Amino acid sequence: MTTFVLLLQYTLIFASVLTLVALGGCYSEHSGVINIGLEGIMVMGALGGAMVMRFAPFTGFTLVIASMLGAMISGMIYSILLAFSAVNLQADQTIIGTAMNMLGLALATVIVKAVNMAENTSNVSSTMVYVEQKKSFIIRFGHFEFNWFMLIALIILVIAFIVLYKTRFGLRLQSCGEHPQAAASVGIDVYKMRWSGVLISGALGGLGGLVYILAGVSEWKFENGVAGFGFLAMAVMIFGQYKPLRIGVSAVLFGLFRALGSVYTGFPLLVALHLPSTVYNMLPYIVCLIILTFTSKNSRAPKADGIPYDKSSR
Amino acid sequence: MKSKKNWLRNDSVQALLCSLICVCIGIIIGYLVLLAIDPSGAGQAITAILKNWMNSSMANLRLKNLGSTLVNTAPLLLCSLSVLFAYKVGLFNIGASGQYCAGMTVALYAALAWHMNWVICMILAILAGAVVGAISGALKAYRNVSEVISGIMLNWIILYIANMVLSNVKESTSTYTLKMAQNAPQAILPTLGIDKLFNNFQYATIAIPLAIIVAILIWILLEKTKLGYELKATGLNKNAAKYAGMKENQNIILTMAISGALAGLAAACLYLTGITQWSTGTTSVPGMGFNGIAAAFLGGLSPIGSIISSYFIQHITLGGTSINLSVYPSQVADLMSAIIIYLCGFVAFFKLMLNKWLDKRESKGGK
Repeated sequence: MTTFVLLLQYTLIFASVLTLVALGGCYSEHSGVINIGLEGIMVMGALGGAMVMRFAPFTGFTLVIASMLGAMISGMIYSILLAFSAVNLQADQTIIGTAMNMLGLALATVIVKAVNMAENTSNVSSTMVYVEQKKSFIIRFGHFEFNWFMLIALIILVIAFIVLYKTRFGLRLQSCGEHPQAAASVGIDVYKMRWSGVLISGALGGLGGLVYILAGVSEWKFENGVAGFGFLAMAVMIFGQYKPLRIGVSAVLFGLFRALGSVYTGFPLLVALHLPSTVYNMLPYIVCLIILTFTSKNSRAPKADGIPYDKSSR
Repeated sequence: MKSKKNWLRNDSVQALLCSLICVCIGIIIGYLVLLAIDPSGAGQAITAILKNWMNSSMANLRLKNLGSTLVNTAPLLLCSLSVLFAYKVGLFNIGASGQYCAGMTVALYAALAWHMNWVICMILAILAGAVVGAISGALKAYRNVSEVISGIMLNWIILYIANMVLSNVKESTSTYTLKMAQNAPQAILPTLGIDKLFNNFQYATIAIPLAIIVAILIWILLEKTKLGYELKATGLNKNAAKYAGMKENQNIILTMAISGALAGLAAACLYLTGITQWSTGTTSVPGMGFNGIAAAFLGGLSPIGSIISSYFIQHITLGGTSINLSVYPSQVADLMSAIIIYLCGFVAFFKLMLNKWLDKRESKGGK
């Protein structure tokens, strides 16, 4: 029984990470910019949140809000690198995204190491510890550890649905990803819309990064980054056909497979299979590949996704 | 006057200019980061990164360090060729790391468990990389799966497979694979006297000239053959290529297979020298493939440019390990290469601006 509770808990927390980051990607792609840099944005968001947890004098719910803001703001600032180059300078979005993933990892490692060294010269690790602070994020119900971010992810999911389909801003945003020239002809500022799409994706990706490092353990080694979760989130987004509610469902599915890797030892049936533990580590990535194999053929990607918009060419 | 204009309009000159600007800005930002961490030793640290092997006081040590830089340059060059070859055909091979990892696994396993000689180990590594690349290619061609996402997923899958397989040939007391020199001397690449050039640095093997020869072959394949022309045409416009009677799906798979083969060969060129062992406790995808992306773009997407850019990136990366590590993190060098790739994203924009500026000057001169 406890194992099932644990499985549920891990599934929900990983699903929250994937939902947040995939929704971030969703905003960006609906505006017409492919955001491959989500992985780097997650690392920078995690860094922002971890810094708040380490240095801010808050406790309890204030700490939750403060670190959330820290993660969102640092993710957003970092995503300016993508917005400026992809929207204003029409740079190749794949190269920029890849560079951002590498840069995020290197920058976060350098910053964390510098902070650690400044405090204690013999501490050259890139690990941040937040055992005490983590308690503020969690409420225990019996064996189930409820994390505030599970609720926050759900709220953001509902908001995303409303924003994208029921508001003027959301519909305009989507028009820029489908046919920017047509959008511009009715007076929509495509550059501004794409900037907002990327910045929102930076904020959500950053928040997802913070949730990721708070998911299981109470310390994080920044050298390891976020283990391909940014790309898993992109797969969730594609599998969810760029629609918020479907993204929520597919995030739970992928979260389940990721969670199995953490708790499979508790299931006698799975232990009896005698598979090496690495098989469970591989599981989310394998499932992702298989699912994409069968769903990508009818991709619902926005039509102008990844194509730079130039005001002067029609 | 006219010849001068032609000189600035030359594509390779522009590419070189762009790369130099990217490098300079990358170095300046790296220096600023060092300054921010601790201003007192920043100047010394940045010179250490930039000088790398030239830093040692003794001549024979300098030669050894140069050899070590070159041994690491060979796989990076092959990885960058892998990335640039795919890119010329319109595919972004971010999975080079996984293909590299697959080549490494097979080469080490064949050497340590089956005691194969180096030729067979190398061929198996090439095949392993090619198979992994072809999977990405087939998924792209027939199932419309973005090669970027399938590449990343395969990177992680293969990393875990590598750790699982190679834990059968690891040292009993550590997580590292068995030493090549003691356990598989038959699989070590021959040196053919190259080690003598670097003060008997035994890891300097035929891998170094081999990588350069492959770079030239790739240049010939892309620029001088029908296959290269067809592949590039497929990259420019898949539908037009199909209309012209080219087999576009087959071309995509072939490209990814060649690209993967290059990455597999890269791994063989590093691990079969015995200079390093793989740790089966590795939890992140090896950076060689990602640095290959940096080298490919910094080299202006030309095989010959890649030779220089790969050397440069390896030069600053190894230089990064020689700085005072109790004050500065060695990742400052990674940071510099990441910034350099980011700037490489602007190359098209920069060339556009340069050409506009040249047009303006020319029209002024005409008046």
